[in-house]
Order: sequence, then structure tokens, then C-alpha cells
Amino acid sequence: MFTSVENASNLPMVQLQIEGETVSVPVGYTVAAALLAQGHRRTRQSPVDGGPRAPYCMMGVCYECLVEIDGQRNQQACMREVSQGMQIRLQCADEGEGAA
Amino acid sequence: MNDFDIAVIGGGMLGAAIAYGLQSQGAKTVLLDKGDRDFRAARGNFGLVWVQSKGIEFPEYAAWTRYSTQRWPQFAARLEAQTGLDLGFQQRGGIHFCLSEAELEQRDRDLARLAAGADGQFRYQMLSAAELKKLVPAVGASIPGASYSEHDGHVNPLYLLRALHDAFQQQGGSYRANHGVDSITPLSPGFRLDSTAGSLTCAKVVLAAGLDNHRLAAMVGLQQPVRPQRGQVLVTERLPEPLLHYPSNYLRQTQEGTIQIGDSKEEVGLDDGTSAEVIARLAQRAQRILPRLANYNVVRAWGALRVLTPDGYPVYEQSESCPGAFAFTSHSGVTLAAAHAEALAAQIIAGRLSGDAAAFDCTRFAEESHVHVC
Amino acid sequence: MTYDLIIVGAGPAGMAAAAQAAERGLSILVLDEQPRPGGQIYRNIETTSSRLRDLLGPDYQAGDALVSAFRNSRLEYLEQAVVWQLNAAGEVCFSRRGHSYQAQGKHILLATGAQERPFPVKGWQLPGVMTAGAAQILLKSPGLACDDAVFVGSGPLLYLIVWQYLQAGKTVKALIDTTPRRHYFTGLGKLPAARHGIGYLWKGLNMIRAIRQAGIPFISGVEAVEIEGEQSCSGVRWQRNGQWQALPTSQVFLHQGVVPNVNLAMASGCEHHWSPLQACWQPVTDEWGQSNLERVSLAGDGMGIGGAKAAALRGQLAALQIACRQQRLDNAERDRQAAPLRQWLDKELAFRPFLDTLYRPADRFRAPEDGATLVCRCESVTRQAVADAAAAGCMGPNQLKSFSRCGMGPCQGRQCGLTVSELMAQLQQQPPEATGYYRLRAPVKPVQLAELASLSPWPAQS
Repeated sequence: MFTSVENASNLPMVQLQIEGETVSVPVGYTVAAALLAQGHRRTRQSPVDGGPRAPYCMMGVCYECLVEIDGQRNQQACMREVSQGMQIRLQCADEGEGAA
Repeated sequence: MNDFDIAVIGGGMLGAAIAYGLQSQGAKTVLLDKGDRDFRAARGNFGLVWVQSKGIEFPEYAAWTRYSTQRWPQFAARLEAQTGLDLGFQQRGGIHFCLSEAELEQRDRDLARLAAGADGQFRYQMLSAAELKKLVPAVGASIPGASYSEHDGHVNPLYLLRALHDAFQQQGGSYRANHGVDSITPLSPGFRLDSTAGSLTCAKVVLAAGLDNHRLAAMVGLQQPVRPQRGQVLVTERLPEPLLHYPSNYLRQTQEGTIQIGDSKEEVGLDDGTSAEVIARLAQRAQRILPRLANYNVVRAWGALRVLTPDGYPVYEQSESCPGAFAFTSHSGVTLAAAHAEALAAQIIAGRLSGDAAAFDCTRFAEESHVHVC
Repeated sequence: MTYDLIIVGAGPAGMAAAAQAAERGLSILVLDEQPRPGGQIYRNIETTSSRLRDLLGPDYQAGDALVSAFRNSRLEYLEQAVVWQLNAAGEVCFSRRGHSYQAQGKHILLATGAQERPFPVKGWQLPGVMTAGAAQILLKSPGLACDDAVFVGSGPLLYLIVWQYLQAGKTVKALIDTTPRRHYFTGLGKLPAARHGIGYLWKGLNMIRAIRQAGIPFISGVEAVEIEGEQSCSGVRWQRNGQWQALPTSQVFLHQGVVPNVNLAMASGCEHHWSPLQACWQPVTDEWGQSNLERVSLAGDGMGIGGAKAAALRGQLAALQIACRQQRLDNAERDRQAAPLRQWLDKELAFRPFLDTLYRPADRFRAPEDGATLVCRCESVTRQAVADAAAAGCMGPNQLKSFSRCGMGPCQGRQCGLTVSELMAQLQQQPPEATGYYRLRAPVKPVQLAELASLSPWPAQS
């Protein structure tokens, strides 16, 4: 489980929705960081073998962290910072089990 | 005693289909291929198994195309059974999108001519915008209509090439990569093929080397007038939805769910790169035909060189001065794969081109210069 | 308008080059994917808290001067701009906020940095497995870390992040070190030449000592690694002295060094050669970073791994030459300016052969031996599938790609290309140079169709 090493109460926050659930996340987090901080281990299923996948490189080169952001699929969660009202969906066939 | 009955030079779609056919029909065959980064039109292939619009001006070509597409279901089934690969072959009809009213009218006239020469064996329908919408619900509102033909289909061209290679080798065919041929020496009888990778002898030689055919043909008393024409292709990520049930002239949805976008034509010599302008144009046209594609990612683009003859139709030649030497150039390697593996391979073994296949020699360029591209 | 110089990347090399070129009066466009300058090494340096700056250490803080020089330079800087094509004529296509633009440069400088070397082991695709670089990025952007992780691999960055985790008060379950034991002896031979880098050596030894003193299990000489788990990582297994051992964990960080990020350079036609020492592809350049293309130069780790300081120096050198070619200074002045930079660069690079030798990943970590290990994560192509294709006469990475979809996914070979080059070369019993690499093409990153369709000239600020 990823947690902040900073005093989180001091950080400015934004509200966004992950799988329809509203959460507060510090400004400046990438979407991938937000998902990890919220305890989402699996963020998509491989379209090829159906296996569980999650952010891997965090720097835009592996394309494992693809999620749906504001209705657009296959967005790199590690390359986008969170913003107020953002809608994030995991690309899993059996959504909702992303958190573990 | 020769090393091989037949040597096929060129491991692309044409050479691999012929070699597979030869080996299947009992000839001891070697398939000589070049390196990993050589021009390979087969890798830029769009995968259409296509009848509509083929051979409007050339009845023998129309007939040869129909013959091949009729053979395709059995041909694909046999290859799949032999290799265990899923070729993604479907033949439930194809669509030719027309982008203007004028194009739609011209299309109807062209296909009527094709049907008139086909002895009842070619059927098509013109589709109004409303009719098209029934077949392709996602079609853009600015597309005035299309033609549809039940004979058309598509296949995964990359897996087709792999299957031909695999099946050829499974049946005992000998495949040699990185074996570009430097020279062909006619013996009496037979041929010796020399290259930096080694030499071999064969009773017959088949040239299917694409743009290199021109150079090789001269060594066995043949001519192969070929030129490169660049095509660029885009492919999207896998779509989570079926968007295009039928293959078309500009777009097709693959078995993986990606959309392949193609049909650009440029005369740029031996440059098989990509250009931003053409990529943008292909994207604009695709977006116009299927507006829902707008938000999907394009994962790759690539350029490849079509191997074109002066009139765009195949050139099949057999050498009079060096009996046993054949040279073939054809850019419809997928559609004609069944014909190349079956009828054409049988004729090579028999030593003589015959029937429709005999109509594609170079004498037609001497007689008249009807230059058109199919 | 035509820019005198378009720079791709705002890490140390790109920023230093931009500041130097701006001083020479060139008109400059800088394109970078991130929201803020700094690259990966100085990521978020303008916004991190003092607590984070402290625990990331002085090497991170060294980025302040670069970023402020960059910010104070006269240039056009576009953040969150993804370059997807550039060509030998100096045309650069990029996408930004839903549109694609084309900009024209007299010269292009690629400063696209490094990425972590693929570390293909069984189970590396499972959730709960990330790179050590990812751990550091999470720490920088901003302040995320986890307890009880296991760090696996080899190289300075691995020890650095473990050390940083300790500074952050995080517990670390184990450090599993795959540095081959014999490399400590072969590496020693490179030490005399590396004496200028003695400071680095000292820092590294101190870090390792701190890790050991913290009581973290430090398992060295590890010969093989596997990740366990079905739906996510549940443990790690390793082989040492021929014996397998296991440790349960839900989080593993892998690291096997960094390699140049070659996609854009390759796709634009820059020649590359195989570096046997660094076991990766490197662009062929002259001493100024000039590629075989007249209008394209490279700087930073993208032209060969040298670290952040070397990257900045190479950026400055490239900028001097580009300015010189555009008559902003003469050859004599260029060489006068370059001399101290080169001296410093030589010192920075003197330590590399030692590091490259010591931390060269063992063969099996670059080309997996286990058939079920994924080589291509995007298309789920296993080592076995690659071997089967090679056995069927498949002559190289490009035929492999078309026959098996290996390398055809959205990462465009970034996570499998090196493995494929080395694995196929091994199977074909020839050097990787002979086997080659994927032929990379535009768009070098996936781009929305509508963005491609919207391509228009970039309206430069004049």
C-alpha cells in the first residue's frame, strides 16, 4: 500500500471519481499515483491474455497503466495529473475488483 | 542431379504461396529469402481478398481473381489445419466506400461493366447512404454511399505469410533466410544460383523477388517491368467494440479488434518511410468514414512499396531462351494466393503456363499502352 | 517560422542545451512530455516540499540551478507536448492538448533521456511489480512510498532508492542483489581509470553501508529470480548458489540499470550501433552529439548512459556546436568554451566503464531462459514463442514482429526490443549488431486519430 511520506493534511486536494466513487487526492499526483494511493492494485486486464496488469514504469514507456479518463480509453495514467472532477475507470472486464 | 527441383527467389506473399504450392504438389523446393530489413511489400499488406473492381479492363484478370477467391475458403482451411494458426479469414462480403456522388455514379458504371463480362459470376449492389447505414451503423453522415459485393473478404496478411512459411517447411520445403541471389546461371539443363550465402542448383527457377525481379529476370532472358509505389498504413489500438463488420477499400477491422487504415498512393521511388502529411490525410479520411474512430489511438504507421507493373496487372512470364525459368510480379498477392499456390504452381511443375495465367505476359505492353491501376 | 533549434526533452541535457543556446541568441522551441521541467532525475524539483528535497538528497537538489537557468532563458517551452514524428528535414510533429502541430527547426536536438532496461523474469507483468525508477518517481511526484517492499536487481539507482526509502522512514523487506559475483573482480580492473569518479564510489559504498547498517536483509550473488502470484505479486523466489529460496511480499521493485530511450532517434533515421559494454543500442554521433542526419543532434543519456551531470555537459556541448554552425560564434570561441566542459565531462565519464562492467546484468536477466517468461508484455509473447519463430527460420526482429505480434503493442518495443535483439542473436548465434532491432516508425507514441487528423502548423510566439 502506497502512502504519503508527507503530512497529507497540509496538501491541497482535488476531488475525483474512481469507478464512480469520489475520492480526495493531493494536487500534483498523477492518475497512476492516485490509483496506487487509493489501493488499486490491478488497473486493467491485458486485452490479449486477460491477465491482470498495473502501473509498472511510471514514466510513460511501458503502457501498462492504461485507464479510461473522462470517457477516453487507453490513457497513460502515469502521464496525466489529477484534476478536479476527473472521471477514472479501470479497464477490467470485471470492474470493481480492482482494489485489493 | 540438382540440389532442388525448383528454387523460388523471394519469400514474400507471392513467392511463399508459390513455394508452398510447389512443395505441396510434390516438387522438392527451396525458398530463398532476403534479410530482416529488406523491402517487403507483404508486411504492408492490407489483407483484402477482393473481387469488386478487379479487372474491369482485363477480363482474364477478373476471371483469375474470381477463381482464386472461390478457392480461398478451402485454401485457408487447409493452411489453418496444417499450421494451427488462425488466419482471421472471412468472406462475408466487402464494401467500397464512395466519398462523393460522382464517385458513386462512376462506381456503378464500372461494376456494371465488370458484371457484364463475368457471365453471371460477379454480383454486386450499390448502396445508398441509408442502405449503407444498415450494414455499417457507425458510418459518417457525409458518406454518400458505397458498393457491396458478397464475394469479398479479408484475412490477416501477416499470419497468412507466416502460415505459408510454416506449412511450406512442415511439408519438407527448404527455407533459407538472408540468401539474396546475386546471379543465376542457366545450365543445360537447369540453373545455378550464386550468392554470398552459397550456391545451389535447380531444375527450374521461379522469380518472385518483387522489385528485384527486374534485375534477376534479365539473367534468364525475361523482362519484368516493375516500379515501386508507396502506400502508407495506420493501425489503431484494439477497439473494445465491433465497428466495421465488413472489410472495405479504406478500412478494415482485424481479428484482434484493431482498425487498419490504408490506401494511400505515392510515387516516391525506393523510400518506404512515412510522412506526417499522408498520416494526417489517412486519419482525416478514416474519421470521415467512421467518426467514432476519432478518440481511439493510432498505435503504428508504416510505409511499404507496392510492386507495380506498368498497367497494375500481374506479369507472369516464362522464358523461351532458358526453359524452366519463370518470373512473376503481382501486387494482389493475398487475393491471388490460392491461385498461386494451386493452379499456378501446378503449371510451373508442368513446365508451361496455360489458361488465364498465360494471358499475363509482357506482350501486352508492346501492343498498346493501356495504363491504368487496379 | 523556422526555429533555430527545437529541443525534445527538458531533462538535464535539454535544459542545459536550451540555456546555452539561448545565451547565443538562437530562437528555441523546447518540447517536453511532462507538466514541469526536470526530466525524470529532477522531476518536480520546482514543487517538491523541503522534506522531500531533504530525503531525496543533494544529487536531486543539484537540479535547482539547471531549472532556474532554463526558466530564465529566452525560449519557447511547451510542457505536455508529445513528439510523434520528426524527419531529416527538421520537421517536428507533436501532439498537445488534443491537437497535433508541426514545427520547423533548422536543427533538432534530441534529449529524450533514458528508460529502465527491461528485466524480463517470470511474473514481472503482475500487479505489485514495478521498476525501482517507478518507486523513485512516486517518491518525487510527490511523496508516495510503501512499506515492506523487496528490491531486486543491480546498479546504483537500486541502492539509491533503497537509501531514500530509509530516509523516508520506510521499512524495506529485503534487497536481492543480482550483481554477478565475478564482476567485482572484472570491475576492479577498470578502477584505476575511474579514479576521477572516486567521489561516486565513496557515495555508493556509504549508501550500501547505510543499507546494511539498517539491518535490511541484503542477499547478494543471486543467479535467478521469479515473481510469484496469480492475480498479483505474492512473493519473490530467487536462486543463490544453486538453491532456491522464497520470501512473501506484495510489492517488488525491479532494476537492472538504465538504457537510452531510442525510439524517437531511431524512427527519425539516426544510425545506431550495439554497445557490447552497456548491452544496448546507442546512436552514432560525433564528439558534439551530431548524428548521421545533418539537422539532428543528440545529448544526454539518450546518446549513451552517462548520468545527469554528463547529460547537462553534453547538452551544452551540443548547443555550442549548433550555435557555431549557425554562425553565432566561431570555431575558436566554440572550442574555448568547450574545453572546460570536456574536461569535466571526461571526469564524469571516467567512472562509467567501472559501473558498466560491475553492474552489467547477467545474460539470463537480459535474455530469459525460462520459456513461460513474457518477452513482450503488450502482446503477451513468451520467450518460447520467440524461440519457436527463430527455429522456423525467422530472420530478425521485424519478421518476428509480423509473425508473432511481438513488439506490436502500444509500448512500441520499449519493453521488449532489447530482449528480442539479444535473445534472437543468442538463438541465431550471432552478435546483436547482426540481428538488429525493430524498424521504428511514426507515431513514436500512440496518438489519437483525431489528433493526427488535426495536424496544423504550430503558431509560434514570435
